[in-house]
Formats: sequence, C-alpha cells, structure tokens
Amino acid sequence: MKATVLVRPKPGILDPQGKAVEDSLRHLGFSVDGARVGRLLDLEVEASDPEQARAEVERMCAELLANPLIESYEIELAEEQ
Amino acid sequence: MNETKPRVAIVVFPGSNDDRDAALALEGLGAEPVLHWHGDSELPDVGAVVLPGGFSYGDYLRAGAIARFSPAMRAVADFAAEGGYVLGICNGFQVLCEAGLLPGALRPNESLSFICKDVALRVERADVPFLAGCEVGQRLTIPIKHGEGCFFADEALLTQLDEAGQIVLRYEGENPNGSIADIAGVVNADGNVMGLMPHPEHAVDPLVGSTDGALILQALVDRARERLFAAA
Repeated sequence: MKATVLVRPKPGILDPQGKAVEDSLRHLGFSVDGARVGRLLDLEVEASDPEQARAEVERMCAELLANPLIESYEIELAEEQ
Repeated sequence: MNETKPRVAIVVFPGSNDDRDAALALEGLGAEPVLHWHGDSELPDVGAVVLPGGFSYGDYLRAGAIARFSPAMRAVADFAAEGGYVLGICNGFQVLCEAGLLPGALRPNESLSFICKDVALRVERADVPFLAGCEVGQRLTIPIKHGEGCFFADEALLTQLDEAGQIVLRYEGENPNGSIADIAGVVNADGNVMGLMPHPEHAVDPLVGSTDGALILQALVDRARERLFAAA
C-alpha cells in the first residue's frame, strides 16, 4: 500500500530554507508572502488494510520520520482516495 | 587497565570525523581513549563516553536521527541512565537530542551557511560535572564548525531548562547560528549528560589558538577517573 508522509516545520519555527526560497521567488518577480520547506516521503507499506497501514505509518512518524518538537506531519494513503 | 588512566569510549559512527581528534585530545589529558564502533552493543568498562562530531549516516533525514538507533546508542542510553558521564560534541549533541537523552533539537543555521570559526562562550554553570574546571561567567574561546547548530526549544521547554539550570553554555557577543537564547550547550536534568556545538577537542593546543577546550575535557577525564577508581 502506498503512503505519503508530508513533514513540515511547525508554525513559528525558524525555517531559513523557506526564507531563502521566498526571497529568491521575490527576486524573480513573484508575489509571495511566505514559503516553508518541508519533506515528502513516499512509502510502500506492507499492510492488510488502510487502518493497519495508517497505524503503522503513524508509528514510523513518531519514532523516526518527524521530530515532534519541531515538525508536524500528515499521512495520505493512496488507496483511500 | 592502567590505574591512573581512565578509559573513555568514543563512539564511531559511519560519517564521524572528529573521533580521532577527540581521542588525541583525551589521551593528552591523561585518559585512555577507546574507539568504539557504533555496531557494537556492549560498551567496554569505561568511565565516560564521548559522541564525536561529524556527519553520522550522512545526516540523512535530520542530523543525528539515524545514529540514535545504532546498537552502541542503546548501550550509551543504559550507561547514562546509571549515571555514566556522556559528552556529545556537535553531531554528538544532535544525536543526544534526537535520542531524547538531552532536551531540544538542532536546526539548520539561520544563515544556512556552514560556519567554521572560533566563538566566544560564557559559562553559565560551573557545578555540573563537565564544567567543574570553569567559573560562572568565564569566557571560553572554542571553535565551532557546523551547518545545523541552531538550538531550538519551545517556550515551555525553554522556561523549564532555564529554571532547572540546564543551560550551561551560551554564545557571548555574536550568536553564530540563530540558536534560541544564545544556547551553545545544555545538560540533562541529572547533569551527567552534556551536549555542546563547539568543539573542545579542537582547542587543546596553544598552536591552534586556544586551550579552553581542555578545561571541559580535563573535567570529563577527572570525572571518568573518579567513577572508575573511586570504589577501588
């Protein structure tokens, strides 16, 4: 089962990468009011049903994929769509 | 084991690159350094553990995030839980934060640049094991060399650290990386685990400009000696 995890810097956390991207976009003439850079992980999860897959990916996020102090995450399962 | 030379383990992860510098510095300060491969889950009989600088596991995902799952880190966590002295330098600090052995997290520098230079530090606590050779308010010159040294704690955690006296080193004058409250080093609640971004092992020889790093590493060697030989 395919799962996608979106990891974002939490609001209020300094995101120098996002700031650099924002400044560059402005420099190119785009009107942007904020840019944040996160991380996207495409996973192939072995699970019998979507609930099990989601629970498994939740555990992955808690244990490794995101640092709860500085990052939030969202999980999307391909089969659910 | 040599009765006068306490053994200190230096954990070597794939991508560590300051392990030998740390060994050299500790040896010069009277310790018997032992390089300990990260895949080895049994720590030898040591008085202290150093997690050295470098780029363990290529800093993939987040700096220190992967290294914390290595077999050696489980042993280090057990060692720390028994009151053993653990010092994390730079990448070692990042590993300790990711492992939950120290509070907070280290983020990319505010400037996004890798910074390599001497910085001034202010000693905030002299009653923690690793800073016993310093005085409160003392100014130390020790180099930094990192791309992700911006210490972060949310407001609640910051207040908690401040009140518990766990902020032990701050940048003085210029804050090189944007770290919150100018924090350069913290300890755990018991004080036996410390992490700092500056590299004391690169400041032990007058030839390179400063010997202030020796104040920290000498304290570590002394604590290791007490731990190993006090009972004997």
